[in-house]
Amino acid sequence: MSVDLSQFIPTFLAESFEGLEIMESGLLNLEAGDSEMINAIFRAAHSIKGGAGTFGFGHVTEFTHLVETLLDEMRDGRREINPQEKEVLLASVDCIRLMIEAIQNENEYDDTSIVMVSVQLSELLANGNEPAQTDKGLSSSSEPLDLTPSNTTKWNILFIPEHHLVQTGNDPLLLFSALEDFGELTATAVLDNLPSITEMDVEELCMHWQLTLISDNATEDDIREVFEWVEDECELTISEEELEQPMQEESGSTETGEHENGSVDATPSSEQQLSNDDEQLTQTDSTADTNKADSQASNVTALSPSTDDNNSPKAPKTPAKSKAKTDQGSIRVGVDKVDSLINLVGELVITQSMLSELGNDFDLSKVEKLTAGLEQLLQNTKELQESVMRIRMLPISFAFNRFPRLIHDLSMKTGKDIELIINGENTELDKTVMEQIGDPLVHLVRNAVDHGIEPVEKRLAAGKSEKGTIWLDAYHQGGSIVIEIRDDGGGINRDAVFNKAVEKGLVEPNATLTDNQVFELIFEPGFSTAKQLSDISGRGVGMDVVKRNIQSLGGRIQVESTKGQGSTFKVHLPLTLAILDGQLVRVGEEVFVVPLITIVESLQAKPELINKVSGDMMLYRLREDNVPVIPIFQLFNLPAESQSVDNSLLVVVEADGQKVGLMVDDLLAQQQVVIKSLKDNYQDVAGISGATILGDGSVAMIVDVPGIIQMALEIAQQKQKQRNNVYQLEGALN
Amino acid sequence: MAKVLVVDDSNSIRDMVSFTLKGAGHQTVEAVNGQEGLSKAQAGGFDLVISDVNMPIMDGITLCQELRKLPSFKFTPILMLTTESSTDMKMKGKAAGATGWLVKPFNPDKLLSTIKRVIR
Repeated sequence: MSVDLSQFIPTFLAESFEGLEIMESGLLNLEAGDSEMINAIFRAAHSIKGGAGTFGFGHVTEFTHLVETLLDEMRDGRREINPQEKEVLLASVDCIRLMIEAIQNENEYDDTSIVMVSVQLSELLANGNEPAQTDKGLSSSSEPLDLTPSNTTKWNILFIPEHHLVQTGNDPLLLFSALEDFGELTATAVLDNLPSITEMDVEELCMHWQLTLISDNATEDDIREVFEWVEDECELTISEEELEQPMQEESGSTETGEHENGSVDATPSSEQQLSNDDEQLTQTDSTADTNKADSQASNVTALSPSTDDNNSPKAPKTPAKSKAKTDQGSIRVGVDKVDSLINLVGELVITQSMLSELGNDFDLSKVEKLTAGLEQLLQNTKELQESVMRIRMLPISFAFNRFPRLIHDLSMKTGKDIELIINGENTELDKTVMEQIGDPLVHLVRNAVDHGIEPVEKRLAAGKSEKGTIWLDAYHQGGSIVIEIRDDGGGINRDAVFNKAVEKGLVEPNATLTDNQVFELIFEPGFSTAKQLSDISGRGVGMDVVKRNIQSLGGRIQVESTKGQGSTFKVHLPLTLAILDGQLVRVGEEVFVVPLITIVESLQAKPELINKVSGDMMLYRLREDNVPVIPIFQLFNLPAESQSVDNSLLVVVEADGQKVGLMVDDLLAQQQVVIKSLKDNYQDVAGISGATILGDGSVAMIVDVPGIIQMALEIAQQKQKQRNNVYQLEGALN
Repeated sequence: MAKVLVVDDSNSIRDMVSFTLKGAGHQTVEAVNGQEGLSKAQAGGFDLVISDVNMPIMDGITLCQELRKLPSFKFTPILMLTTESSTDMKMKGKAAGATGWLVKPFNPDKLLSTIKRVIR
């Protein structure tokens, strides 16, 4: 039977990534003498190695073997744990991750770093108490392995088991039947040493066997392999009767060299005269081990063509047999979540059967029951929805756990001593949001290290402790998640930001701005106050990109800062991207959904507060603000009831710090809507972020508030331009 | 058709072993570490145990020792899954009462041909 191994690869990849995380966080927290931790790290490496070998990724096995050997020495106390080794091990984790990711994405990778780190590992191993074990594995792998005799051979096998052989679960009969796979087997039991019936112990084996195997393909190794589990508990003599293909070359090579104890157990048994061929070999511990080691090395070689490169491959490699179906992605769900889902479905079934019972002979007296049933259905549906949503939720530690390593690396690079304190790592977040928030968070943390935390001298001069601290907090607030990145650094330099903004033409030199308004300027495109671009945060990605990424997830970012005390960035994110809390509004015959999170307030426009500036743009006076009014019916060319803004309904929404009033005909219900992508089902439409299906089956468009503001501003600008052209034309004519 | 206890903390290896055995008509019970393996072993009726060595909570060697203390496992074949680097592990396994070992990496065919040596 053949089993398609590729089906297990996604599981292997997932557990490898988990293992790498265990290794990484373990190494970061590893202190000398922490045997529990080093064991856990070792186990993770060991599992990756084992899995990689099994599923055909020899290059991963080969590299991980070095890591494992080093860890094994640390685990046994043969090697001290020092910072240098920790760094090399951390770099190894990156290398393994690179290889595993390449398998996952089925792409090639640059293995320069891998070659470099494996050289470092080999050096460490060579300098340790043990000679590097790598060469052994590699050199033996090139030895010839299967010398298959071309002719039929008759093997004489003498098998004298020790009396206790059966007590470990071995059964000579099964061993013999395994031998039968190779050819024709004759077994003769020798009962000479059988005790008398009264002395006989059923748990003891007091006989031995003379076996003859006639086979076209069996080698001595094959036969020894069948007996490998019992080699210490028996005397085994194998001899070849017809010498068509000499075997001494191979068996000789395995016996040479380091096995000085090779003949200790080799006392010829009394039966040995039975086999007086010159090809006779007497089994010993160490030869068996060598044979074994060789055949394992052969396995590795067979699975990984790259082994032949002798650890110094130059060209980028493609993973050996990767057929990983990784596009689908998978999610690990706690059993409790699945159980609650099953419970809820159970309840739903009960409600359903109750309702259909009710429908059998329905009359008006049962209306009350019907209402109750429908209410229950509503409740079930809601709970079911929440429960299903929870499946997509993962603890934010998935996004957070890369930060200890990041801080560690950045500390080394900048020479700043930084402590990272993480809170709320069990706060749950939608998987998609989680995947997309990673990079913006990394940028914010890098930023905190680079621009936030001051150099040690500066901190000491300011009377602060030498060690800078960065806090990473996650918590729920209302229907959203807040992630806070806080540092106890120097805070944002208000004047530097302001001057820079003036220089870039973002604000007027004489503008009076509050501190927060100034800080918001750092999110403007192209803004950077760093005097020098460092390789940490000056990577050409600005805070504007961070802000845009967060907004594309339906979130927002805020900054607070106190000079000399540090800064706090707060990222607000929706719990999920699949469902939206929306306000339904009507324009003419059409229903639109306005995301509730964007709505500031809804009001009836008072004519005296409406200000028509420069022709078409209307402004509404909302307390101290002037809010531009966007008539949705004009934007989308719809027939609407209220064509004039006077006394119409305005929904004031905010995006990018810009408030606008959306002019609508009617406010309908507030409800959760399931977002359907327009792009997938139709095409992208400006000003619309998606669609949803309402309770009555009709389709409603979901308003893209930032998009709609952009559209309205562009239209206004175009009109302004046209007017300017007209003025210029008039001027020219005059 | 045998009833096999498969103990390994690696999901992929455990899945592979279990899938292969089931495909060959055997019945499997899975456990993620020695302790779980030991507690599932209490149910009895097993014809074979295949266990990883390196596992959290309880390793394979300890599991083997514990199983051998149970009367119903006195003669049950126990195979350890080891890697090529741990030759001495095989010896430790034998000392703990293991019947034999299966060396990683192995493939499904190797697994099936190997267990022939211990189950009918």
